[in-house]
Amino acid sequence: MSQVRGPISASFPSDREARTDVTDSPVVALDDITVRAGASTILRGVDLVVAPGEAVGVFGSNGAGKTTLLRVVATLWEPSSGTGAVFGTDIAGPGRYDVRFRIGMIGHIPALYPELTLRENLRFVARVRGIDDGEVDRVLTAVGLANAADRKVVDCSHGMQRRSEFAREMMLEPDLLLLDEPHAALDPSAVELVNHLAARVTARRGAVLIVSHDLERAGDVVSRTERIEGGRFA
Amino acid sequence: MTAPLWPQIKAVTGRDLSRERRSGEVAWVTIPFGAIALLLIPLAVGADIPLLRRIGPGLFWAVVMLFGILIAVRRTAAETGAQRDLVALLGIDPAAGFAGKAVASAVLLVGFELIVGVVAVLLYDIDLTRWPWLLVIVPGVAIGLALLGTLTSSIAANLDSGAALIPFLVAPLSVPLLLGATQALDPLRPSNGILPWVMLLLAVDLVLAIAGVLTARPLQETR
Repeated sequence: MSQVRGPISASFPSDREARTDVTDSPVVALDDITVRAGASTILRGVDLVVAPGEAVGVFGSNGAGKTTLLRVVATLWEPSSGTGAVFGTDIAGPGRYDVRFRIGMIGHIPALYPELTLRENLRFVARVRGIDDGEVDRVLTAVGLANAADRKVVDCSHGMQRRSEFAREMMLEPDLLLLDEPHAALDPSAVELVNHLAARVTARRGAVLIVSHDLERAGDVVSRTERIEGGRFA
Repeated sequence: MTAPLWPQIKAVTGRDLSRERRSGEVAWVTIPFGAIALLLIPLAVGADIPLLRRIGPGLFWAVVMLFGILIAVRRTAAETGAQRDLVALLGIDPAAGFAGKAVASAVLLVGFELIVGVVAVLLYDIDLTRWPWLLVIVPGVAIGLALLGTLTSSIAANLDSGAALIPFLVAPLSVPLLLGATQALDPLRPSNGILPWVMLLLAVDLVLAIAGVLTARPLQETR
């Protein structure tokens, strides 16, 4: 069995300084967002503002609309009504394609290609973004997956797959990080890893939005919490 | 920021070919089944060499169409929602994504055509006196099927019962490809009658390429 765990690397890779384009404008601003899918209404008049340097936790039960909220903020789901902006760009307008590269998302289902190895998955991402291949090994080492880099995703545990997604976001260094149930089924060192990742984003004056049914493990990372039930903030 | 268009296409093509290399689906499932399909016909009609020689090219292209579209459709249809979200957030240009997938499928389809083609020549004693035309027709059919498969599976991915609709989308659209390929290699056709059929094949490829590029963004966003 390869060594896949371990302390978070002391050289947690982030050479990037704080964002230089920071204004006081919110990173996320949703106003009266409603999302319908067929006959059901998933989000009902949601308002949300996330400022630079802020990490907001949204908690609620299953089916409350948490994942849909994340996908709306990620510009992947156009709302049925209401207005919203990410980095000042309309989430339903054509400009949204140009801000997506600033958004990182880790969903509750891993966005990995199961036939490929962990290294191949990250190399694909690196090549699309024009990042040097060497960065892949650096981030895999940082999350404790150096010895499992050539293991196929399908042969990796859920925790290892999550770690490799953390590695991906470390490499991409998004200005807005969206996390869907990030602590589910993780050991304490991986929980520490994801919290560290979120803290790095806010330290750069980016923003983090975490949705979960259990925010206890988000620890000190979350600066504010909101509760969502039945598609609206309580 | 994302890389320029060409590195994006290369990255997507490399990803899809690596996935195939690791799963071995085309090499160990589709190609053997295609060869078996060609083997069954002579068993059914008996050792009637003139008949086999006459129907050989048509059967070969029919098998290429039926099994080839499986190759082209498989990868895109198998993409999960999480993978599609990742691709969108990485900022991959949808046209580059379409092209990258189609190139990977075309490479696999050329391999399929070559291996199954050897089987067809051996079993059906196919006349190869016009073999230079194959240098255009084999990649032409592969590209056409790859474009068609990528396009239709992108459409199907947005529909509730999408996978079930793929054959109904593919069948009518693949007819010009099948016609172009079979007619061009009909041994009874005079040599000067081949070019129009090859031009039809290439025209279909061009139309599918344009349609795929133009619809890539709307199809990615319609989910």
